[in-house]
Amino acid sequence: MDMQAFNDAQAARRARLMMLQQSIRYVLLFAVGLVMLYPLIWLVGASFKTNSEIFAGAGFLPRNPTLDGYIHGWQTSTPYTFGRFFWNSFLIILPKVIGTAISCTLAAYAFARFDFPLKKVFFVSVIAILLLPNVVTRIPQYILFRDFGWLDTFLPLWVPSALAGDAFFVFMLVQFLRSLPSDMEEAARVDGANSLQTLLYIVVPMLAPALISVCLFQFMWTMNDFLGPLIYLSSVDKYPVSLALKLSIDTTEAFEWNRILAMSVLTIAPALIIFFAAQRYFIEGISAGGVKG
Amino acid sequence: MKGQRFLGLAYLAPYIIGLLVFTAVPFLASLYLSFTDYDLLSAPEWVGWDNFKKLFTRDRTFWKSLNVTLLYVFITVPLKLAFALFIAAILNYRLRFINFFRTAFYVPSILGGSIAIAVLWRYMFASEGLVNMALGTVGLAPVDWFGDPGNALFTITLLRCWQFGSAMVIFLAALQSIDKSLYEAAAIDGASKTRIFFYITLPLLTPVIFFNLIMQMVQAFQEFNGPYIITQGGPLKSTYLLPLYIYDEAFKKFDMGYASAIAWVLFVIIMVLTLIAFWSSKKWVYYAGDKRS
Repeated sequence: MDMQAFNDAQAARRARLMMLQQSIRYVLLFAVGLVMLYPLIWLVGASFKTNSEIFAGAGFLPRNPTLDGYIHGWQTSTPYTFGRFFWNSFLIILPKVIGTAISCTLAAYAFARFDFPLKKVFFVSVIAILLLPNVVTRIPQYILFRDFGWLDTFLPLWVPSALAGDAFFVFMLVQFLRSLPSDMEEAARVDGANSLQTLLYIVVPMLAPALISVCLFQFMWTMNDFLGPLIYLSSVDKYPVSLALKLSIDTTEAFEWNRILAMSVLTIAPALIIFFAAQRYFIEGISAGGVKG
Repeated sequence: MKGQRFLGLAYLAPYIIGLLVFTAVPFLASLYLSFTDYDLLSAPEWVGWDNFKKLFTRDRTFWKSLNVTLLYVFITVPLKLAFALFIAAILNYRLRFINFFRTAFYVPSILGGSIAIAVLWRYMFASEGLVNMALGTVGLAPVDWFGDPGNALFTITLLRCWQFGSAMVIFLAALQSIDKSLYEAAAIDGASKTRIFFYITLPLLTPVIFFNLIMQMVQAFQEFNGPYIITQGGPLKSTYLLPLYIYDEAFKKFDMGYASAIAWVLFVIIMVLTLIAFWSSKKWVYYAGDKRS
């Protein structure tokens, strides 16, 4: 065998090995992908099944599709429909997201563009809040809100966020803003703009991608938040969907599985739709700052 | 920016108010409360170390709960991070559909701690649920997931490992930022892929591994939704994590003093482990441009 043929054979073997390795990777990824997504696919399928079919097989396609779960689940066993609970979730989320965006932008602007007394101390406090387990402040916060007369209102859910309480977002925006050049801002200032005008007309437009990430994450987390509403809200007419779902587990007859599954699908639908519509911002936001979850 | 020393503080004002009112004061108040007997009706009564004495010497539920919590954290966090790193490393090869896989793997994380997913988990691990059906088709005996104290905690671990996506996205971003010339140089020197991974990739990833480790650990110690919805702490308190115990003591029994004491024990554990991680990071975390390299 001459050298040329030997080398060719070697190269062919190496190529085959590469192919094999690559195939193994694909098979592995598909398998993991299936495990990741099948529970969700099954959830959606099962929500259209009859109750007797749900635990009858592992397939996700319903044999006799029915909207029974949705119709009865929507009614709930309370005087309200799920529409009411979605509205409540919306009422909690909207002010919270707006308050978060504004207060965190102000804080990030201060940290990234100004020098002031105790700046280092305050920035360390951002990191400290980031690492501080909520569990240790929860009880006094509850007592505080009780003394304010805020229990069973949305205020305990809104106000801490509107005062930049979600340190993660402050941190993320500071990192983002520091990476942006400040030439434009200086030019604006030379032209006579004050710092607030500079913030509104120069900084906020540049921050927009990061701000969208902040709003989206806050939306998701608030939509999924359970413990906050559980502690602070006591009347059913103020329940967001997360609490309403828990309530329907507790009050629905044990065998009416499809109602609960149907409402589960509805409660995760907004988050999924927003995620698929704007996933770029999630992936970028998470890669930029690192995130919990 | 001279003459504007206090302008930064003005922009930071909302954050500072929030920091004081909703974090700093509650933090200290909770320390104070842990030395009192307080039922919300009459004023807190100072009891010295009584709460802690009771906790450590007479409270068997606390020891059980502490045990379960440590077990949960020490299993879940390494498992989740290892899996996230493994998948990120595979995705880092030049594969097609990488965006598709990344999205598919990230979707479960988006739904995070939502109640709907906990509900889904309850159905999936039910005795005739999806998981046991899947085990049946490959010829394995069904597992009593929720009836057996040895298994129940593992279903929550699996739920959180299923949500490895956000850790994976952070790993992937870090992997993609590694300088390709390092790999080429190593390949020319004849290093195998395994060696390259352990001697180049892994050391360069240590900062993100460290970051993920801290965030995931702080989060795992505060796990509430999973056990609250899926297992209600049972069977035989085998999933009764400390946050559940704190919640019951504080918001069901309204024993705020005792609950604060438990919260502080949990806080001190988290803080000590975080400090150990920070301290040890000097030995194993590599920062580019570092003299020790």
